[in-house]
Amino acid sequence: MSFDIDTDCRYLESHEWVRPDGDTARIGITDFAQDELGDVVFVELPSEGDDVTKAEEFGVVESIKAVSDLYAPVSGAVVAVNERLFDEPELVNDDPFGDGWMLEVAYEESDLDGLLTAEEYRDQTE
Amino acid sequence: MPLRTPPLRAVHADRGAKFTEFGGWDMPVEFDGIQTEHAAVRSAAGLFDVSHMGQIEVSGPDATELMNRLVSNDVTALDAGDAQYAAITAEDGTMLDDTVVYLLPDGETYLFVPNAGGDDDIFDRWVGHRDRWNFDATVENATEEYAMFALQGPDAVAVADDLADAALDGLSRFTVTDATLAGAECLVARTGYTGEDGVELLASQTDAETVWNAIADTGEGTVQPCGLGARDTLRIEAGFLLAGQDFHPETNPRTPFEAGIDFAVDLDTEFVGRDALAEATDPDERFTGFTLTERGVPRHGYDIVNTDNHVVGTVTSGTMSPTLGEPLGMGYLPTEYAGPGTNLRVVVRGSQKDARVQQLPFYKP
Repeated sequence: MSFDIDTDCRYLESHEWVRPDGDTARIGITDFAQDELGDVVFVELPSEGDDVTKAEEFGVVESIKAVSDLYAPVSGAVVAVNERLFDEPELVNDDPFGDGWMLEVAYEESDLDGLLTAEEYRDQTE
Repeated sequence: MPLRTPPLRAVHADRGAKFTEFGGWDMPVEFDGIQTEHAAVRSAAGLFDVSHMGQIEVSGPDATELMNRLVSNDVTALDAGDAQYAAITAEDGTMLDDTVVYLLPDGETYLFVPNAGGDDDIFDRWVGHRDRWNFDATVENATEEYAMFALQGPDAVAVADDLADAALDGLSRFTVTDATLAGAECLVARTGYTGEDGVELLASQTDAETVWNAIADTGEGTVQPCGLGARDTLRIEAGFLLAGQDFHPETNPRTPFEAGIDFAVDLDTEFVGRDALAEATDPDERFTGFTLTERGVPRHGYDIVNTDNHVVGTVTSGTMSPTLGEPLGMGYLPTEYAGPGTNLRVVVRGSQKDARVQQLPFYKP
């Protein structure tokens, strides 16, 4: 089974993606991760204005069968939270790189150092 | 220890199943997504491979006496082809396992189904007590001989009926019959673990693939192959116990009365644990259902606290209900907190979520 991988994103080995866009970056979990989790039923995220720290936990995603911590690919202040996920957590399954995004943070470009490229992440999941 | 594998593991893998370890077995946990499978069982029909369940056969002149002394219900009430739910209790009345006992259509052989991974211990218990009591009975652990499937849902009986040589639609709840399905000899019982109507089938491992494929491929997609993930969400909605999780002989020993299965205990029979249970008919704690009224999912091991912040119980099972769209949980609570409508809280990863006690089952078809 092959999974979608967005070439505009960088990745953590723990299956979070970050997509830089100007001064901010969006964060979510990968297609591979949502498939492993199964039906997502609950997402716990920080609030706007909170800080997240690279490689540290920033929230939780729960599927019917499991609870998984979410790790931040970059550090920064949260400038937007995808509040749709609170009522429609299934968006994480349906569109993990799109409508299923989780956070937008004001990030430092240097934080991208050390993250996996799309190609490296593909190698990890295949 | 290597995992035991159901006879159709490769067949399931070909259908895209994901697997998980359960009770020492490598079992399919989902085929097409838990919510999809769950919904299929509630609306049409789903097919589960439950070959990890144990099968113990007991026959011989003293078979009835041996069974009656080791399970909590009265097996003498069974006619040929009847089934009965019972607990297997220790001397102190706490449950070692729960089981369904079938008196097979021959009227002489008992077959009962211990939970996954429990077959060896339970077999030893039967053999040990038979020898101690000098009973003339043959006990056989037939777990590796049978494949067991559960076909569940409002359309399940009709699907089985179409494939069988004999009419199954007249089969009463909690009865079992011999039937040939897709050319294979099976035992077909109108029992299940989802809260839905349906049948459970036993076939020889040789015939397992024929029977599974005949059902799974019937009517082009009308029967959804299902894994243990959906089995768990379905049984929680139905308020059914899971051995090893909702009670455990070592870590959470519970009597059938605490567990709310009083109907499976007949104190007029002389079974192991009977005397202790006769003194324990009015327990201090009861197996209780609740819903979270805030966002979150209650899970096994989470604390339940009262409105004064005192821990009063622990969640034994919980899930987000696919049918009701609500977070459901179950656990043992002191009787003063077990009444429907009682407000409690569940500690979900350090934060307290409001909960309200609800009558089990959560969902009735």
